[in-house]
Amino acid sequence: MAVLEIRDLHVSVETDQGTRQILRGVDLTICSGETHAIMGPNGSGKSTLAYTIAGHPRYTVDSGSITLDGADVLEMSVDERAKAGLFLAMQYPVEIPGVTVSNFLRTAKTAIEGTAPALRQWVGDVKTAMTNLKMDSSFTERNVNEGFSGGEKKRHEILQLELLKPQIAVLDETDSGLDVDALKIVSEGVNRAKENTGLGVLLITHYTRILRYIKPDFVHVFVAGKVAEQGGPELADRLEAEGYDRYVEATA
Amino acid sequence: MSSATTAPAQAGANKNLHGPGSTIHVQTRNERPASFNLSDFEPVTGREVDWKLTPVAALADLLDATIDGAELTIDSTSNGSASVSWVSMSNDAVGLAGVPEDRASSIAWSSTENALLIDVSADDVSEVSVNRSGLGLAPRAAHTVIRVAPFAKTTVVLTSEGQASLSENVEIIAGESSQVTVISLQEWASDSRHLATHFIRADKNASVTHTVVSLSGAIVRVNPQTRLAGEGSSVNMLGLYFADSGEHLEQQVFVNHEAAQTKSRVNYKGALQGQGARTVWIGDVLIGPHAVGTDSYEQNRNLVLTEGTRADSIPNLEIKTGDIAGAGHASATGRFDDEQLFYLQARGIDEATARQLVVRGFLNEIVQQIPVASIAQRIELALDRELEGIA
Repeated sequence: MAVLEIRDLHVSVETDQGTRQILRGVDLTICSGETHAIMGPNGSGKSTLAYTIAGHPRYTVDSGSITLDGADVLEMSVDERAKAGLFLAMQYPVEIPGVTVSNFLRTAKTAIEGTAPALRQWVGDVKTAMTNLKMDSSFTERNVNEGFSGGEKKRHEILQLELLKPQIAVLDETDSGLDVDALKIVSEGVNRAKENTGLGVLLITHYTRILRYIKPDFVHVFVAGKVAEQGGPELADRLEAEGYDRYVEATA
Repeated sequence: MSSATTAPAQAGANKNLHGPGSTIHVQTRNERPASFNLSDFEPVTGREVDWKLTPVAALADLLDATIDGAELTIDSTSNGSASVSWVSMSNDAVGLAGVPEDRASSIAWSSTENALLIDVSADDVSEVSVNRSGLGLAPRAAHTVIRVAPFAKTTVVLTSEGQASLSENVEIIAGESSQVTVISLQEWASDSRHLATHFIRADKNASVTHTVVSLSGAIVRVNPQTRLAGEGSSVNMLGLYFADSGEHLEQQVFVNHEAAQTKSRVNYKGALQGQGARTVWIGDVLIGPHAVGTDSYEQNRNLVLTEGTRADSIPNLEIKTGDIAGAGHASATGRFDDEQLFYLQARGIDEATARQLVVRGFLNEIVQQIPVASIAQRIELALDRELEGIA
């Protein structure tokens, strides 16, 4: 049972126009097995929260804390966070020319586990996971994200999620750019991971449509760098009907 | 010497030579002075278009006058019926592929006593390797001819290691419909200097793959130039270099599309790390007036791993016919991409391993195209050693 706790988190980023505050006191607690949807308008700081949890060097934590089972996540390097059980499914996965998916997945699994996986078992696991995500077997010989369609990139992220078996996953707009078929496939992958490993999910999205396939236990509305309102799944339905205008106007 | 030339007339040969005290503004690539006579080349000042990025002061003894041209000690292996032998520089096989276009090449040509001839007869399939090592730091000149007869298929691997101050010419004659692969691997000692010109001539429908891999040496300048002399001929020119602190690795690549329906691809990739690591790539492609229906693309990419390096990358494309299938070029020199690093680290991979993966991946495109497994493996091991120092 893992617990990711975010307390009064303030984050800023350096821009050409100077320092810009983005997160202004975020409080969240995510436990194993729970699915939290973070919804909000563009520019509200959703992705900043995702990257900050993962440790992207662009973001500066000014105050507050992030802990995983009590351990200080902010003190960990990016790879240490992954080894501790955190996972970020990226909104824009980068291409890594010349590095095959097969080599990448094995290297990552070895890093996370501390030892190389037994070859036969590993090859079988990869194959099963790819079949589940309706990915062609030739995929493993392609270079990481190179020439991948939007849908392929997202499936590849979820493939990693299923194979690396983190405790808490942050999905940063995994639904963006997916057609309904791909959205279903990707959602099924997330649900499998929840079922198989008790994954805790922090699902960041702008739209409610992914929530038809991945059922949230909690919905947090993110506006201007903090949680403006939270509730159960019914809050998502209300957002679907009313949009974010109510919140944006309130802070304007 | 030029009387021994039986090749089609070399474009630009013996034209526009410097007169004493005169200046010449070279406007098009094939009007560059070319001659077998050393006296036709002015002393190198470092201001010339083909020397201005080279540390000529450190090459004075190779650019001044004739040097020791005795036969080099080599190790060679050959399977198939290819013959490897020393022949006189007046042999018919010498001078078929090119004419010196710079003073270093001319000095080497004039100085060499005997040429190493790798002769592949028609319809033969063969593999040849030649290794040069322990040449010593005194200036030496050499000449190698790889002559591949029509319809033959051959792979020649030229490896170099240890100490050297070598100035040389390599001629590669790809006869009609031959398939020729040449790999030149430079793994010199850190105080070595190496100047080389590779002259490639591709006859009708010949297909040539030429690869230059320069991994170490104080100054390594390997300039391959290909004449697509026969209709339907093609060349794939590949390069990989990895410059460390204090190393100057240079390549000036030239493809001359002389005949119609010819195809060229040039792809050079380099990495630089450490204070003073220096690379130069100049890529000239000339599509001549008779070269209709040609297809060419050249690119150079450099990956800068640390501060304090310098990579020059200069693509040039000249087209003298309106009827071509394609012509393009690309050049990019970029810093190591921190987003790639972040992506890999976010999957638990530590920074040092992530950097190695990215750099190896970047260079893999070239390594993967080296058809000799033992050489590809040797390059990979060398790259691993290079990369151990970067994290």
